[in-house]
Amino acid sequence: MTFAEIQAQANLEWEALNNGGRPQITVGTATCGRSAGAMAVVKAFEEELQAKGIDAALVEVGCIGPCYAEPLVNIKKPGWATVSYRNVTAEMAREIVAAFLLGDDPLAKYALGVFGEGEIAGIPNILSTPAFKPQERRVFRNCGTIDPTNINHYIANDGYIGLNKALGMRQEEVVDVMKRSGLRGRGGGGFPAGRKWEAGLKAKGTQKYVVCNADEGDPGAFMDRAVIEGDPHSVLEGMIIAGYTIGADTGYIYVRAEYPLAIRRLERAIQQAHEFGFLGQNILGTNFSFEIRIFPGAGAFVCGESTALTLSIEGKRGMPRVAPRPRTTEVGLYDKPTLLNNVKTFSSAPMIITRGAEWFASVGTEKSTGTAIFALTGKVQNCGLIEVPMGITLRDIIYDIGGGIADGGQFKAVQTGGPSGGCLPESLLDTPIDYDSLDAAGSIMGSGGMVVMDEKTCMVDVARYFLDFTEIESCGQCVPCRLGTKQLLDILKDICSGRGKPEDMDLLYELSHSVHGGSVCGLGQTAANPVLTTLRYFRDEYEAHINDRCCPAKVCKSLISYVIDKEKCVGCTLCAKSCPVQAISGEKKKIHSIDQALCVQCGVCLEKCPKKFSAIACVSPKVKQEES
Amino acid sequence: MKKVTLTIDGLQLRADEGSTVLQAALANGLYIPNLCNHPDLVPAGLCRVCVVKVDDWKISISCKLPVKEGMVISTEDPEVQRIRKSTVELLVANHPMTCLTCSRDANCELQRVASYVGITQESLKRYRRSVRQLPIDSSNPFFDIDHSKCVLCGICVRTCDELQNINAIDYVRRGVHTTVGTLGNKPITQSCCESCGECVARCPVAALAPKESPISMREVKSVCTYCGVGCGILLGVRGEKVVGVRGDRDNPVNRGSLCVKGRYGFKFINHPDRLTTPLVRKDGVLVPASWDEALERVAANFSEHKGEQFAALASARITNEDNYLIQKFTRAVMQTNNIDHCARL
Repeated sequence: MTFAEIQAQANLEWEALNNGGRPQITVGTATCGRSAGAMAVVKAFEEELQAKGIDAALVEVGCIGPCYAEPLVNIKKPGWATVSYRNVTAEMAREIVAAFLLGDDPLAKYALGVFGEGEIAGIPNILSTPAFKPQERRVFRNCGTIDPTNINHYIANDGYIGLNKALGMRQEEVVDVMKRSGLRGRGGGGFPAGRKWEAGLKAKGTQKYVVCNADEGDPGAFMDRAVIEGDPHSVLEGMIIAGYTIGADTGYIYVRAEYPLAIRRLERAIQQAHEFGFLGQNILGTNFSFEIRIFPGAGAFVCGESTALTLSIEGKRGMPRVAPRPRTTEVGLYDKPTLLNNVKTFSSAPMIITRGAEWFASVGTEKSTGTAIFALTGKVQNCGLIEVPMGITLRDIIYDIGGGIADGGQFKAVQTGGPSGGCLPESLLDTPIDYDSLDAAGSIMGSGGMVVMDEKTCMVDVARYFLDFTEIESCGQCVPCRLGTKQLLDILKDICSGRGKPEDMDLLYELSHSVHGGSVCGLGQTAANPVLTTLRYFRDEYEAHINDRCCPAKVCKSLISYVIDKEKCVGCTLCAKSCPVQAISGEKKKIHSIDQALCVQCGVCLEKCPKKFSAIACVSPKVKQEES
Repeated sequence: MKKVTLTIDGLQLRADEGSTVLQAALANGLYIPNLCNHPDLVPAGLCRVCVVKVDDWKISISCKLPVKEGMVISTEDPEVQRIRKSTVELLVANHPMTCLTCSRDANCELQRVASYVGITQESLKRYRRSVRQLPIDSSNPFFDIDHSKCVLCGICVRTCDELQNINAIDYVRRGVHTTVGTLGNKPITQSCCESCGECVARCPVAALAPKESPISMREVKSVCTYCGVGCGILLGVRGEKVVGVRGDRDNPVNRGSLCVKGRYGFKFINHPDRLTTPLVRKDGVLVPASWDEALERVAANFSEHKGEQFAALASARITNEDNYLIQKFTRAVMQTNNIDHCARL
């Protein structure tokens, strides 16, 4: 079949699904949807459609984005705007079938919004809500709209056009388009992708490799998984184009073994791409041949570092190569020239080739073009995956898309870039999201984790948390990272438990700089960022911990006490009954007291004390026995 | 070889093209502190102690940095000093303070870098001390492995890989829990280790230490008597006893390397069971005799057994010249070709 015939066939199938007169139900069944119960929802729809004898298409799609609304179901009924339902359960599914598919009641109470043509009274248009308006779905172009297991869906949505076009171009022309697009590596480093591709093309050697880094390991980051699960062919197409461009015949996808669904989706996509002639020998009738292999990683965070990753594929211990060393584009996998990019970088390539460099660069800033993807988590109302044009401010993301701080809390800090990133305070909320601005503020773009923290978050504890992560994930080969992260962690643990010394802050600062300057790889060089930024922006919290033995956020257990207000306690006994260590004593209808020597600061008493009394308070610094 | 000129701390040096900054410095008698570097091994760049500043802007490790014409290196730049000091302080803060009773005292690379960098009690006090508590692997009859003293320079791992091609040891576990260990982290004797001791000889601290290692009062240059390779050795002598052996790096045959026998098999020299005089059997009992008496007895008996009833087996532990004489003696005097040589031990 020619590419035109393949396209015609795919368009026919896509048209039949969308405009065939049947209602269409799409359920987001990526890992996130599944953990929220999407498979039960799919089953309920199946059973209900069969029981009621309704002829409707039920399509499983990838991650749609808003995690707070999972499981998400979209229903496109002929003649109606598409309705998006949030937090759907099996029962709600049955109710929706009865009300909306059999009847004409779209059940506005369950709807998140509508999109597409038409309006429905009582349901807002999703794309005009503050949560979606600033978003620009490019890498996520197909996530949540196509069936990721069906290659025809991808082809009908401009899929493999880029490959077909690239194969008709000279390799230098492809490099030129990539360079002009301004695309920077989406793995976090932000190295210009076009320049890397050019280096791959120019590298001498008959055997070259393309490697896709899908070893997404930052705590709280899951966008690569979403792209693979929701649109695996976009990654494959990007890799095939890259292979053609640099003259490679084999590609590897290094994907976390903890992503079983993503691996299954990739396996299926590779098989389909073979069947359609996009992979294998003589792709689309040209002389170019390319294979893609999947390599499941064994779970080491450091294997996300490019040189450790290639060594891991070779079956060696995943430890970054030591600089000064040649670039991976010259000496990479099996010591051959290797082009290594992140999932989102590869996924961006097809649309850049299809729609042109200028189109890609039309959003974003001058030095950071295109869109950025973040996994927005923490204390925001709307957690989820978002895709926004570069240059948008942190404030827009947190307050518009994220809907502000959850539970009416107060913003304290936002952490970007995972364990290598930093914590930025309120005064920097107007920092635009791009590689250079975040870098200047002391954080990094990273692979896209964004954790929002409220006033109940202790910044020393946050630094301790991230150092705990890097200490465990350090590969252990170089001294500054292996022992430096341990020392930083030991000091932070001491500060959190009230053993901090005044000179600790200087030592933290000094060590952080040495770990940064002395470590072998990016993991070590950036490991101290959470310490440096919290020291820089939240120094008062460190001082309170060390000088006053006080945790202002009341998080560090060694520095807090729970006390009973004698004026407010009515002796209801609820706290005493719930205390797991019997630290609370007091007779019924008499004032209770907490034995501080027994108390383990679990906070259950505070939760149990009825709001109308509010007799228990958490205080810091700790109180002495007689005061409680 | 083509030479390049570079400047280290204001001194102009000539160095071989293709060498590293650290090699150039050491070859010119300049000390740049280092721990994981060893002249026999490919530079690894793991200890980070040899950091320098290049051309007044870039921090780099000198052990992997190739020399370049016109390069300007600073080893005392404030940033270099800071990184180096923290790195060594971290190592010392995690190292047992048992120097006086340690077999490597006064001959320890960690001590050397620590004193060069200027580690003081005051600067160490700020750190949280933590010394790894792992049992000493004493399964090997010749050396012990004490992980608490290991600085993870990787010299042993690279020696086993690059020089010996045995690969009995490698890194196991990760991060601060990383140790050097065997496959499955079993005792060293349960691995494919051949006890050559090359790693022990190169360990910069006492993580790998010979079980007995008295310091010798003098060294005697000799040749190993175990096989025909003829490795150069230096016998450590104390009083009238041989107390240790080390490979002679100046010897072109072995350039310092030894096998398990040459390095550790020296106790026979001073063993009470060792024959130091000929024995002659008299009335069924072996009694000490003079060489003349013994040789006379041998000659008398040999002359009665010439021809096919005689055979000689020569030893690999004697010299080539002596072996030649034995075969000549067997063929010409004893009139038989029944001559062989153990040639192996």
